[in-house]
Amino acid sequence: MTQTPHISVQHLNVHIGAQHILKDININIPDKKVTSIIGPSGCGKTTLLKSFNRLWDNTADVKITGKVLVDNEDIYAPNAEVTHIRKKMGLLSQRPYPLPMSIYDNVAYGPRIHGIRKKQVLDELVEEQLKATGLWNEVKDRLNASATRLSIGQQQRLCLARGLAVGPEIILGDESTSALDPVSTAIIEDLFISLKEKYSIVLVTHILRQARRVSDYIIFVYMGKIIEFGPTEEVLLNPKEELTKEYVKGYIS
Amino acid sequence: MKKRKFEELFFRILMVLATILVAGSFFLIVGTVFFKGFHYMNLDMITKTPGGGFYIGKEGGVLNAIVGSFYVAGGATILGLLVSIPVAIFINLYMDGKRFLSNTIRMAFDVLFGIPSIVYGAFGFLIMVYFGIRASLLGGIIAVTLLVIPILVRTLDEVIRTVPFELRDAALSLGSTRWETAKVVLRQIRPGIFTAILLSFGRAIGDVASVLFTAGFSDNVPTSLHEPAATLPLAIFFQLGSPVEEVQGRGYASALILTIIVLTITILSDILIKKFSKHKI
Repeated sequence: MTQTPHISVQHLNVHIGAQHILKDININIPDKKVTSIIGPSGCGKTTLLKSFNRLWDNTADVKITGKVLVDNEDIYAPNAEVTHIRKKMGLLSQRPYPLPMSIYDNVAYGPRIHGIRKKQVLDELVEEQLKATGLWNEVKDRLNASATRLSIGQQQRLCLARGLAVGPEIILGDESTSALDPVSTAIIEDLFISLKEKYSIVLVTHILRQARRVSDYIIFVYMGKIIEFGPTEEVLLNPKEELTKEYVKGYIS
Repeated sequence: MKKRKFEELFFRILMVLATILVAGSFFLIVGTVFFKGFHYMNLDMITKTPGGGFYIGKEGGVLNAIVGSFYVAGGATILGLLVSIPVAIFINLYMDGKRFLSNTIRMAFDVLFGIPSIVYGAFGFLIMVYFGIRASLLGGIIAVTLLVIPILVRTLDEVIRTVPFELRDAALSLGSTRWETAKVVLRQIRPGIFTAILLSFGRAIGDVASVLFTAGFSDNVPTSLHEPAATLPLAIFFQLGSPVEEVQGRGYASALILTIIVLTITILSDILIKKFSKHKI
């Protein structure tokens, strides 16, 4: 890779209780590309993703060592400011979790807590992000309706718009389409592909077809270790490691 | 095969009977209060304070006790919420790494939950003696606040625990501080806060023992926190103990008033809960 990595993970170890979940992870996540983390359930995919924006901070018994550099800044450094780090990354979880407020307020929530108060600015931001996620035409007449009234696919796009509204650089997706129907899944996947022009995207997925459709790079994780990392076609069609081969063919899951 | 069918029928009948028994006793209680009290129910009961010969069956009402009860239960619920919301938020959102400590606090509140209200009355009385407060509205509110805090904390705690972790993660991922995340959680549990208020108010307005030494009793509507205040449960207790038939009847009428208040609050909160759960995930 010639370009500078956006996220650089160095000797990351994660323990939850007595379990050693992630073992000496070293990886460079490329800038403005879609990178998918694949691997069998329980291998540590989500743990890895959540360690990128310090979401483990609030969980008991989690011990993290090593470095995660975002824009060359170690987010686990003692003086790192956590809200500033999280603002850089939008998270799209397995199921949509809209905030208990209206559609408009969901998108405006992030900008508001970061100090934007002017209604005109907020209006523009909300419209822009709802357009970016293709929701604008569907919701423009009911921006004050509760976000929970939307279909689950629309809610997931709203959650994406909400995340984009704080102006992140990175989008983290944790099996973001696993609760959605095929049509909504396709919409979200297309969004990821179009958003990589502006954002670096890291996805956790257990659907190999999805990984192949949307990602430029693939990380294969097995038993808490990175087994293989490379361009999508290479990892999926021409894996170097025996374990990757077995996983891609469906022998291990 | 026959045995299974018989079993099915047997337990079905058992469940139906149990349901009838419980639902029936509810109607029996409300019915008794209604029939015994309705005859003595009149506008004076709720608009007048006891007159000169009230306790031998002459004119007056229990306005003093109605207002006193609202003051005590309302004051205690508000004071209780001011303490309980921060506690519930703190043990759930700020003590993540300290599960042992937060569970110990939970257990402490469980124990407090089970303490009989007379103990709170006695404890409140001790506090009053220490600070030189006489039996008064303030004393009653303090004792009842102690009584409702465990109810409020445990109810709010249960409700906060139903909020999915992912919702907190969502707020945190947008760069929220803990307090901003807590505000999102509080919004999410608004219906639950109403439930807690209802439970607390219902318990507070019906409790006798905690106000027995602390609030005192007065035939006047209290005009300041330092005056003694009557409460409905005590009014019922005193009136039912009277040998005069008229006064006993009014005791049932007072019980009817208390029942109606509690039922109204229940129904009202039910409507409010529905109204505020529109953002429910």
